[in-house]
Amino acid sequence: MYDIAVIGAGVIGTFIARELSRYSLKIALIEKDNDVSNGTTKANSGIIHAGYDSEPGTSKAKFNALGNPMFDQICKELAVSFKRIGSLVIGLSSRDMNTIEELYIRGLANGIPEMRVLNGNEVRKMEPNLNDDVSGALYAPTAGIIDPWELAIALAENAVENGVELLLNHRVTAVEKLPGGYRIHTPASDIEAEYVINCAGVHADEINSMAASTHFHITPRRGQYFVLDKYAGGLFNTVVFQCPGKMGKGVLVTPTVHGNLLIGPDAQDTDDKENVETTADRLLFVRESAAKISDRIPFNTVIRTFAGLRAHPNTGDFIIEESKEAGGLVNVAGIESPGLSAAPAIAKHVVELLRGAAGKLKERSDFNPLRRKMLKFMELSDNEKAGLIRKDHRYGRIICRCEHVTEGEIVDAIRRKAGATTVSGIKRRVRPGMGRCQGGFCEPKVMEILAREMGKDMLEIVKEEKGSFILTGRTKGSQDYEGK
Amino acid sequence: MKGSDGVKGYDVAVIGGGPAGLAAAIESKKHGAGSICVIERDRELGGILQQCIHNGFGLHIFKEDLTGPEYAERFIDELKELEITCKLDTMVLELSADRHMDIINTYDGFMRIKAEAIILAMGCRERTRGAINIPGTRPAGVFTAGTAQRFINMEGCLVGRKIVMLGTGDIGLIMARRLTLEGAEVKVVLARRGYPGGLMRNVAQCLYDYNIPLLLHHTVVKIMGKERVTGVLIARTDEERKPIPGTEELYDCDTLLLSVGLIPENELSREAGVKLDPVTGGPVVDESMGTSIRGIFACGNVVHVHDLVDYVTDESRRAGRSAAKFVQKSLKEEGLLIKTKPGDGIRYIVPNLIRVDNLDDTLELFMRVSEIYRNARLMVKADDVVIRKVKKMQMAPGEMERIRLDSKILKDREVSVLSVKVEKEGT
Amino acid sequence: MRSESESKAKEIICIICPVGCRIIVKRDKNSSSGYSVSGNECKKGEAYGIEELTNPTRVLTTTVKIEGALYNRLPVRTDGAIPKDKIFACMKVINRIEVKAPVKVGKVIIENILDTGIHLIASRSMLRSMLRSMLRSIKAS
Repeated sequence: MYDIAVIGAGVIGTFIARELSRYSLKIALIEKDNDVSNGTTKANSGIIHAGYDSEPGTSKAKFNALGNPMFDQICKELAVSFKRIGSLVIGLSSRDMNTIEELYIRGLANGIPEMRVLNGNEVRKMEPNLNDDVSGALYAPTAGIIDPWELAIALAENAVENGVELLLNHRVTAVEKLPGGYRIHTPASDIEAEYVINCAGVHADEINSMAASTHFHITPRRGQYFVLDKYAGGLFNTVVFQCPGKMGKGVLVTPTVHGNLLIGPDAQDTDDKENVETTADRLLFVRESAAKISDRIPFNTVIRTFAGLRAHPNTGDFIIEESKEAGGLVNVAGIESPGLSAAPAIAKHVVELLRGAAGKLKERSDFNPLRRKMLKFMELSDNEKAGLIRKDHRYGRIICRCEHVTEGEIVDAIRRKAGATTVSGIKRRVRPGMGRCQGGFCEPKVMEILAREMGKDMLEIVKEEKGSFILTGRTKGSQDYEGK
Repeated sequence: MKGSDGVKGYDVAVIGGGPAGLAAAIESKKHGAGSICVIERDRELGGILQQCIHNGFGLHIFKEDLTGPEYAERFIDELKELEITCKLDTMVLELSADRHMDIINTYDGFMRIKAEAIILAMGCRERTRGAINIPGTRPAGVFTAGTAQRFINMEGCLVGRKIVMLGTGDIGLIMARRLTLEGAEVKVVLARRGYPGGLMRNVAQCLYDYNIPLLLHHTVVKIMGKERVTGVLIARTDEERKPIPGTEELYDCDTLLLSVGLIPENELSREAGVKLDPVTGGPVVDESMGTSIRGIFACGNVVHVHDLVDYVTDESRRAGRSAAKFVQKSLKEEGLLIKTKPGDGIRYIVPNLIRVDNLDDTLELFMRVSEIYRNARLMVKADDVVIRKVKKMQMAPGEMERIRLDSKILKDREVSVLSVKVEKEGT
Repeated sequence: MRSESESKAKEIICIICPVGCRIIVKRDKNSSSGYSVSGNECKKGEAYGIEELTNPTRVLTTTVKIEGALYNRLPVRTDGAIPKDKIFACMKVINRIEVKAPVKVGKVIIENILDTGIHLIASRSMLRSMLRSMLRSIKAS
């Protein structure tokens, strides 16, 4: 029997699991997929919002304002890249300028520091590639950018280092009430726990209704993005938003922590929780919307398009509470934007909820908040590079020529706790395949390393989900693996 | 030899050990360069030729019909005979305009080397799904033709059973045949334009021979499938290669192969500050294959994408000779400089610049036309004077054109611009 | 056009060289070969055109399994053209073969394949690879 089972290993689940691992608790982190951060976490804007958008008094406003300042320390502890580059909400009309004024006042109410309203000239000085008709902006220097999956992976790894059991490939099919806890059914095995924390993202309403009669509903709200080559990464210095509309903050343009340019998302409600298709019409919409920010975006340097699903709750605000009906089930649901920014504060809050429900939590003396830094070979000095290769020759072999990733880094990504087991898992951890060739050259080599490290055959290596086989057999008529 | 700064020095360093780099290194050696180092990122020399196991190579250079590996092996053998140093499994991390390079491998570790002359021969890479923006899901089973070629021909792995191919580049056409021979079903090959991108002989011997349908004016508008591709939606395209709504058709398949173009790989050149031609994507080069940076030369697909390896060899030999001359201070760096200018119907011309004093007896101009022409002429003008007309029954963007000029024509007069245009019959 | 009966003119794309001439082959009783060929830019095209109509042949390039080399497959080719209709039958034979490294380019892998009088030869040299055998032993242990 676990003390706590956290369902869902996205950024919320991993944050909570890691926060709970500070205490003497037996914790299971249950994930339906074969890797952490496989849902909403892997496909969003990666922005740590300053916190002026949300209606004062809401959970969104509260946790965003609390969460934002926590990122410096957390990212330092976990060796995750985070850049406070600031954000601009640009105005293109006098009506927009009114909205900006409102956002500023809202920001003050939410306790957001250092905001300033800039005039057109000040904005263009900051961002010379904005269109000429930009009449002003709300500048929030505390906004930042982060790689959301890097964060979730680091949190999962640190949680596991601190004793959390990560159960991948455990899709929850039923939650059964037991005296003093729950039995969570999955095809892999059943898990019993005293408390269940539901962080199942777009599936959180389903998990809740397995234990309680439905009282909230999650709508997957799809957003589509373009990723541009690093040539375009320097076009903007800050996160540039347009004035928000009914469906969200609208299409933004931002550099990423890795130096690419990210453009998106649109917002479209769907009824399919797996639907991460991109579509020509919506991508065109994103492109046209982005043109309002700048007509200098080089769309001929697009290296990838993708879509993600936001978990939009029918309540309009985050749902973070113990179920009134099913005691011991804590829902952390509807964590749409600014969910990533709010995540560390949400995790702290959930710990307090549990402390309230379960009584005193005993802090562990041996909790280690630090994660061993993932060496990024190219960021080392010449001497460090030389020294590292002398110590481990695998750092002398570049596998991904676009992102300059060495074999040493890939092997490390596989061997770590909560390590990579798939091609996408490697890609999200150390970036081979993220570059302009999109894995054309390195994919066979990455597969070879994965197979070797895991003692598997090349044919067993999957791209991402279970069953996403890259190869279907051997030439010269040997056995096939597909469907095995 | 090691310089006083502890940096290993060479006369000529060649980046890339594919067909371009091999030919350039060998020719440099033969023309008097002392120490030469070929730096290759793969585990063996030969580059992409090692996976191009089909024949059709060497007709021009060896007057023989060779496969890619055979063609490569002849150069690799010669390189060894000439005792040219090569560093395999080695990556150039950085190249600077003063011809220093940071390189790494597993056996030397991190090294800084310097060369009197550098030859860029990094080749090209394939355009990907992202670059052409195909909507839909992102399952396994979408490959570029070259990646599939490596899996099949070198690793011996199959990439799928029911294939749809988008694009008609030569590697794509070759792979359609290759997959068929290995038991896969190539359901259809789509060309977004009204003509195939690769050579006609490949259309004939790879598609027609195996009854593989070729649909011109078609593209893929959607990829389907969650884990693995389960199908693609195709549609007709208009004259601007845009899909026409209402013409969609579903193809059941487990694999989508892309053969939608090649891009010269110039990240190192760019970082060093080498000036690039926006049309070719490769360095602006002169008659000697010299780039905008003194002492840095370039050849092969890193300059412009070739159809034929034989022409890569020709061009690379020229680069190799020039680098050797440069090292021996016999390459002219002054004197009359002619610009080439693509006229009507011509997308680009290589070289971009011609230093007349460095010309051999003949000058070769390489170019691509911008659309299909039948019974047209290529007209070469030196300033306003027509100096050459070449009749062509057929010209296509997928087939590089080559014009040879007698250098005397240029040496005898003070030409400033050499232009080529397409002249349609009867005009 | 390829499906038209032989009595009529047939247009063929010549595959001898990259020029890819569109050549037209017609039955011609007055010609010594029995055919007249036009559209070819060189002499080889004429021979190809006639052969393509009477006895089409192709060089077959593929791979065979190889053990102990850097890669799992050795590229091979026929040392001359084989009848087009024997390609798949040859593939069946080729797919059953496994060779051992080292192999030298040009080595005969299958002699006189399917009685065509043509040999299947290695189209590159492959050394024995320490790396592969090491990987294998690691896997086995």
